[in-house]
Amino acid sequence: MADARGQKRRAGLRLWLPALWLGALVLAALLAPWIAPKDPLAQDLFLGRLPPFWAVGAEPGYYLGTDSLGRDVLSRILHGARIALVVALVAGTLTCLIGASLGLLAGFLRGWTDLVISRLIDIWMAFPPVLFSILLIAVLGPGLDSIIIAIVVIDWTRFARVVRAEAMAQGAMDYVASAQVAGRGRISTMLVEILPNVLPTIVVLLTLEMGIAVIVEAILSFVNLSISTDDPTWGGMIAEGRTSIHQAWWVIVFPLITLFLTVLSFSQLGEGLKDRFDPVLR
Amino acid sequence: MPDLYQISDLQLSLPDRTRKPLLGPSPRIEILKGLSFNVAKGEVLGVVGGSGSGKSTLGRAMVRLAEPTGGSIHFDGQDISHLSEAALRPLRGRFQMIFQDPMSSLNPRHRVGQLIAAPLQVQGVEGAQTRAMEALDQVGLPADFARRYPQELSGGQRQRVGIARAIALRPDFILADEIVSGLDMSSQAQVLNLLAGLVRDLGLTLAFISHDLSVVRRLCNRVIVLHQGVIVENAPTDQVFAAPQAAYTRALLDAIPLPDPDQVWV
Repeated sequence: MADARGQKRRAGLRLWLPALWLGALVLAALLAPWIAPKDPLAQDLFLGRLPPFWAVGAEPGYYLGTDSLGRDVLSRILHGARIALVVALVAGTLTCLIGASLGLLAGFLRGWTDLVISRLIDIWMAFPPVLFSILLIAVLGPGLDSIIIAIVVIDWTRFARVVRAEAMAQGAMDYVASAQVAGRGRISTMLVEILPNVLPTIVVLLTLEMGIAVIVEAILSFVNLSISTDDPTWGGMIAEGRTSIHQAWWVIVFPLITLFLTVLSFSQLGEGLKDRFDPVLR
Repeated sequence: MPDLYQISDLQLSLPDRTRKPLLGPSPRIEILKGLSFNVAKGEVLGVVGGSGSGKSTLGRAMVRLAEPTGGSIHFDGQDISHLSEAALRPLRGRFQMIFQDPMSSLNPRHRVGQLIAAPLQVQGVEGAQTRAMEALDQVGLPADFARRYPQELSGGQRQRVGIARAIALRPDFILADEIVSGLDMSSQAQVLNLLAGLVRDLGLTLAFISHDLSVVRRLCNRVIVLHQGVIVENAPTDQVFAAPQAAYTRALLDAIPLPDPDQVWV
């Protein structure tokens, strides 16, 4: 595969490595109760801060060590994948649907629709996002639903702005005039002509947003505003690991690596999908 | 022959946003300053003028991509100057347009077959797919091109797709806006030959916008010369080339490169 300048597009690795990691993560999340070596909630104070399997003093069965309460780090990461993925998929998709629809309408219909939506975006973006989300969770009460709502309410502008600009650029193309000459209505033109051209951008944004959703969930867990503190979440593990970072680095490092790889995979998956399936680039 | 288009005192002005004062409306630029002419059925009309003369705007007004600000456009006896988009829709199938830049006018996400069939489906024509394949054949493209994307085609082939899309609806009138200006000389000749053949076979009424008089000479029965939004010449093609009336037309004619240049000059 080569683009117009003859440069090789390395779509292969960019698509398959993230897909592999995320696929493994989905499997881990689905099968967590069966493949997790230990109960993620079981505490055993005699087995606190066990190091990972290769270090001196490791206990068999606790592959990535335990935290200060003696809970198995690997099992908690596997179970934490469930919440991370649910948040990524649900919050990412909802944010995308709302933001992209508003952006598409504003960018293509212009006029007062654009005026209203654009001012709404401006006002929305003037709120500091972290404070906004903390405020929202405080009002809604902690829980999975609240996190998803907070992400959607805060992040739709990210889609709306980019999709609006893209729809505006596409709206100036002659194929839109051509659809008008054929007698196609405005909304139909928007969906049939413009949307397919904006879709690659939306897919990239969607996967980015899934990564962001995972991070936001982690941040909210970090400030103790996510799910109940018992449920294993990556953010919660990082927050707990912070207090014992000098004595037991593994408690914070393994969830961090998982989080990092997941967010990176989501963003690279978007680019990889675009390279692979976009007929214009192909 | 009866007139398909009757255009009288057509004016079109657009707001000039670059000179908008802080308060109040933008000043308007007059692009078309009162044009009157008719297009007879079966006629091939050349619209010639330099850049900025208003020829593209005139074309856009004729297919109602733009709304006139004064005067009237009658299509087949019906005043279409200020019809709403909804009221225009049933008429849309009767006047079609071929665009200058097929890269921009052919949606890169749609295959050639879809591109040609789309206007037929929008207008509710039965057997859209069959008609689209027919049109593809009429412009001399093989049937398997229907599955290709426009960016996989050459410039000349793309413009053929543009022509196929316009003729598929079997319209009464086609506007061709500078359709060969983006092509190399040999593709230009092929596309023009194709268009000339289609005009003859289908009995099309055509308005051909161009800045190139030699192209217009090949194709058109009658020529309108536009200069700064005003018609300076409106006459049969032979007459325009043999005895141009306006000074601007003579200047345009002098600008045509000679097929047999002066050996000394070269």
